[in-house]
Amino acid sequence: MTVSAGDAGLAIASEGLTKRFRGGQLAVSDLSLEVPRGSVYGFLGPNGSGKTTTIRMLLGLAFPTSGTAELLGVKVPGHANQVLSRVGSLVEGPAFYPFLSGWDNLARYDAADASASPKTAKARIGEALERVGLSNAARKRFRNYSLGMKQRLAIAAGLLQPRDLIILDEPTNGLDPQGTREVRSLIRHIAADGITVFVSSHLLAEVEQVSSHVGVMRGGKLVFQGSLPDLRRTGTARISVRTADEEAASAVFARLGLADSATVPGTASAALGDAEPEKVCAELVHAGVGVRGLSVETPSLEDLFVGLTGEGFDVER
Amino acid sequence: MSSADVAGTTAAPAEAAGAGEEQRSVRSYGRFLRSELRLVFRRRRNQLLLLVVALFPLLIGIALKIASPHGGRGGGGPNNGAAFFAQLAGNGVFLTFIALTMLLILVLPVVVAIVSGDSVAGEAGYGTLRYLLAVPAGRTRLLSVKYLAIVCFAVAATFIVAIVALVTGLVLFPAGPVTLLSGDTVPLASGLLRVLYVTLYISFAMAAVGAIGLAISTFTEHGIGAIAAVMILIVASEVTDQVPQFASAGPYLPTHWWTMFAALLRSPVDTTTLWHGLASFAAYTVIFVLIAWARFTTTDVTS
Ligand SMILES: Nc1ncnc2c1ncn2[C@@H]1O[C@H](COP(=O)(O)OP(=O)(O)OP(=O)(O)O)[C@@H](O)[C@H]1O
Ligand SMILES: [Mg+2]
Repeated sequence: MTVSAGDAGLAIASEGLTKRFRGGQLAVSDLSLEVPRGSVYGFLGPNGSGKTTTIRMLLGLAFPTSGTAELLGVKVPGHANQVLSRVGSLVEGPAFYPFLSGWDNLARYDAADASASPKTAKARIGEALERVGLSNAARKRFRNYSLGMKQRLAIAAGLLQPRDLIILDEPTNGLDPQGTREVRSLIRHIAADGITVFVSSHLLAEVEQVSSHVGVMRGGKLVFQGSLPDLRRTGTARISVRTADEEAASAVFARLGLADSATVPGTASAALGDAEPEKVCAELVHAGVGVRGLSVETPSLEDLFVGLTGEGFDVER
Repeated sequence: MSSADVAGTTAAPAEAAGAGEEQRSVRSYGRFLRSELRLVFRRRRNQLLLLVVALFPLLIGIALKIASPHGGRGGGGPNNGAAFFAQLAGNGVFLTFIALTMLLILVLPVVVAIVSGDSVAGEAGYGTLRYLLAVPAGRTRLLSVKYLAIVCFAVAATFIVAIVALVTGLVLFPAGPVTLLSGDTVPLASGLLRVLYVTLYISFAMAAVGAIGLAISTFTEHGIGAIAAVMILIVASEVTDQVPQFASAGPYLPTHWWTMFAALLRSPVDTTTLWHGLASFAAYTVIFVLIAWARFTTTDVTS
């Protein structure tokens, strides 16, 4: 699937986007993102895989070492200021002035926006606070907000203006399960308005329910990109047979052209590929293999994700 | 990639807008600047700084009143101090010059260093810088708003010193025609005009300090570090200016021309010195604002 970076169908497009930090750290390497308009794109990857760095480059905060990127068809970081008013964002956690109230903080960001109308500011700030359920804490100082309230305020800041694209970097960080659910439903609502949502997370489970597309990062590289069904399709189903005669079962698998066959005492298994399990079963019985049990296992999305990102707990770089 | 698509989607609204666009951008700039000014002037810390700056001339006036008429032995500025103290007994207006001279040594530059050094670094430290840029505030636009607010604060601090000192002086000491350092006597109105000129001159000096602070502020995420760096720079400059061996470098130091406002208190006024001073402040302002701009528009915001 190759799409040119200027394609109108993409909300975010990048080609060969690379970021090497001054210390020599290659944080993002040769990244070619294709985020379709109207999609909810889950940007997944373990800690340190380069998600935040990518988002910083998309928002014009960090300058790529090489490669190009476009937001809504506008080149960034070169022309970022032309497009960013149509992009709401949350980057690496909430950040506000601790000595200002939630309301005043939003007013501050709104005042910085050259495209925001001062006449509607009050209404827009009120609405944004309402939308994240913070209306009652609007006058409280940010310093006294709880972690979840801070996170909500950051999302509210992203909703101050009508947007075409919302970029959320780990929006559920620090939220309780209820807050997490609320963010998820907020994302659904935003997406229902036709807004493209680009949401990063290190947990597949967190975005699986809301995403239409996913990109998976590992060590600064994009190791998978596509729709969720695409991701599911990368998983190969395996057929396994419980039998006393594993060798004979393996021979049948080989005759049927099944790859990756393996045996452990009492079980023989192989990748199912395009073969039909019923047919394999019939062949086994026909060949006189005593079948005690037969099962077909498809890996869960979680298994596929772990397969893509590696299982280790240690940060890889 | 097809650049035609890009041009088609982004250039069209920009063209259609025309002159109304410019007016709107001026208005939105004004809104941003007001927001910045509110942030600076409503901040408790900055209000305390202005309060401190206001208290000094009051305390100096009271102390000198208690010590007068013969106690005017001052630890004031390097060359102006003693002469000023002698004049104060005769005219309260001179408290302005005394207060400004004394506060110029450390207090005023420190106050400006705090606000300017914290300007960009503070935002980086809070993390609000990344959100301002993502809004998008625009890097150059943000920097210019920051600097204008610093200048406003520096001018406010300088004028507060002058006004409090003037009022205190006129209350505690006699008022009337002002005897200048050169021995000439000018009417009170002319004396007050000179107070205004002196205050403006020092405001320019402080605006230059603000530019230095702004530039240093773009190099770090630690406001305190930037503030300390500006203060070290100022003190180093003042010390260097006192060393006879470095006399030839003197005129190029940022602090060298600060106290030259004394030229306004002689008749005839030595305008060459004043213009040299103003040129020095302008040069420092331009150079350091450019440094700040070059740095701020090209570096990653990773805070
Ligand atoms: N300013 C910087 N200077 C040097 N290296 C950096 C800098 N910022 C990030 N990195 C490195 O770049 C890599 C990617 O970091 P990034 O923050 O993009 O990861 P992430 O995917 O967002 O991780 P997390 O899930 O923990 O937020 C990391 O190895 C990190 O150490
Ligand atoms: Mg991150």
